[in-house]
Amino acid sequence: MKGHPCWQLFVGDTMTTADELREVARACRVHIVDMVYRAQAGHPGGSLSEIDLLTALYKTQLNVRPNEPKWNDRDRFILSKGHASPGMYAILAEMGFITVEDLESYRVLGGICQGHVDMKWCPGVDFSAGSLGMGLSFGMGSAIAARLDKSPRQTYVMLGDGEIQEGSVWEAAMAAAHHELGNLNVILDRNRIQNDDFCETQMRMFDIPAKWKAFGWNVMEIDGHNMEDILDGLKFLSTSNDGPSILIAQTIKGKGISYMEDNPSFHGAAPNDEQYALAMKELGVSQ
Amino acid sequence: MSRMEATRDGYGQALLDLAENEKVVVLEADLGKSTKSLHFRKQHPERTVSCGIGEQNMLLVAAGMAASGYIPFASTFAIFTERAFEQMRNGVARPNLAVHLCGSHGGTHTGTDGSSAQSIEDLAIYRTLPNVTVIHPSDSVSTRILTKELAQSTSPSYMRTARNKTPVLYDDGDDSIQIGKGIQLRDGSDVAIIACGVLVSEALKAADDLEAAGISATVVDMHTIKPIDKDLIDKVANRCGAIVTAEDHSIIGGLGGAVAEHLSTSNGTPLERIGVADRFGESGQADEMLELMGLNAKHIEQAARKVMSRK
Repeated sequence: MKGHPCWQLFVGDTMTTADELREVARACRVHIVDMVYRAQAGHPGGSLSEIDLLTALYKTQLNVRPNEPKWNDRDRFILSKGHASPGMYAILAEMGFITVEDLESYRVLGGICQGHVDMKWCPGVDFSAGSLGMGLSFGMGSAIAARLDKSPRQTYVMLGDGEIQEGSVWEAAMAAAHHELGNLNVILDRNRIQNDDFCETQMRMFDIPAKWKAFGWNVMEIDGHNMEDILDGLKFLSTSNDGPSILIAQTIKGKGISYMEDNPSFHGAAPNDEQYALAMKELGVSQ
Repeated sequence: MSRMEATRDGYGQALLDLAENEKVVVLEADLGKSTKSLHFRKQHPERTVSCGIGEQNMLLVAAGMAASGYIPFASTFAIFTERAFEQMRNGVARPNLAVHLCGSHGGTHTGTDGSSAQSIEDLAIYRTLPNVTVIHPSDSVSTRILTKELAQSTSPSYMRTARNKTPVLYDDGDDSIQIGKGIQLRDGSDVAIIACGVLVSEALKAADDLEAAGISATVVDMHTIKPIDKDLIDKVANRCGAIVTAEDHSIIGGLGGAVAEHLSTSNGTPLERIGVADRFGESGQADEMLELMGLNAKHIEQAARKVMSRK
């Protein structure tokens, strides 16, 4: 078995300070690189760009019960960019929904950590992702259900920036505003890189915040790697209840690993032995 | 046999019947007047979700609601469900969420809207999806009963209804109508006609004509295309030794395909398939389309004589 011995820095849900969150995110980054290295496949870039956001969301915002993953009034988190599954599995392990040992099953036959997050396989996963452009619609259904149930539960959806090139995202964006879904919250991981290259070369998206505003959404822009900024952003989401809200987080693809940062080659590629050793060194893991 | 109603009206009535279950919700994509979900919407606007003209979104909003304990019935034209096929596959069928998708205005029988509106492939494509039940009822009464039965299901479904009126074949509340069980409407020994949807009444006409010529025909209403009633296929195959399938759908992959697949692994009973011959339609009245496409009673009768010659 390749990879770093499994270990866990933190267990529990009491972490709230930015420093502590940064430490959890660092542990998650180790998990992410481990998973992709072991599988020699997967998507490290988008997992590393989203992980500070996921860490803060899970540790400070989501009302969930790791020992009761199907609790009816849990907040729902929907990873629409489901290929960035190592990021989600990492934080699920840090939260205690799954074990760190479970992470070894990533992309392994019969493993709960399927290539794309899957609600039928993994505790704590509420949406079977895979095809881009689907999560916001599903989240809208979840938010309407919560409203019908008169439940305070919130729905959070994470979208990738390349993903919003899918037309169905805008069907959902228009519909969610029409239905004034104040309990629907989106975080956009604006890492500026998609599968083939920089987004700018594949499909220019012009003024993304203006687009969401024009569709009737509350919009805030943040630095998706600045923990204080992220916490402000999550506060914005939780206090904007007159309609759907989106946090547009400027991020860096591959954040935290020097040779992966801003590098389209690491959208969906695993590090080799040498690169793995360097990544561990940069993450402060002694070999 | 004289009363004429459209199956889509049976669907609309069933939604009203189901409304007492507060978990039942309806999703529309600007065609509620046509699919007949509008009656539910008028009485239960709080449980009706307008998705505008956005079918891909509608399917997944339904999936999200199903995952939260609701029983969603989403409808649009059969042809427009197809643009949400991947949503149905990955967002509904794969996680096995009990979303009930209804495609109305299916088949060439839809008529003068022309070929763009005449879905002739819906049954085939949804039949390929694991977990999905595929239903195409023959009259308004069975549509109402089968739709109500779907609300008890824990897996997703696709149901095709028709725009235009056809004869009512069943008595209200007929409790012999069950998902997955074909209905033998007529018993004969020379040939079996297995039909679905608007062609069931054509099959009955063909059987009358055959009887006048001294040929005794069994007629089956195979309203559930998947899972197909293999026991009943075997039964009528053994009794008659020759089978005709009849559907207002492509000759490829629908009822005829399902029956052929089964017969190929059982006793290889001779089979003739009545269906749209791998071509698109055009604008025309419903009866004109059935004639043009070779789907009406006359063509079913001819196919029966042909398959009998192959015994």
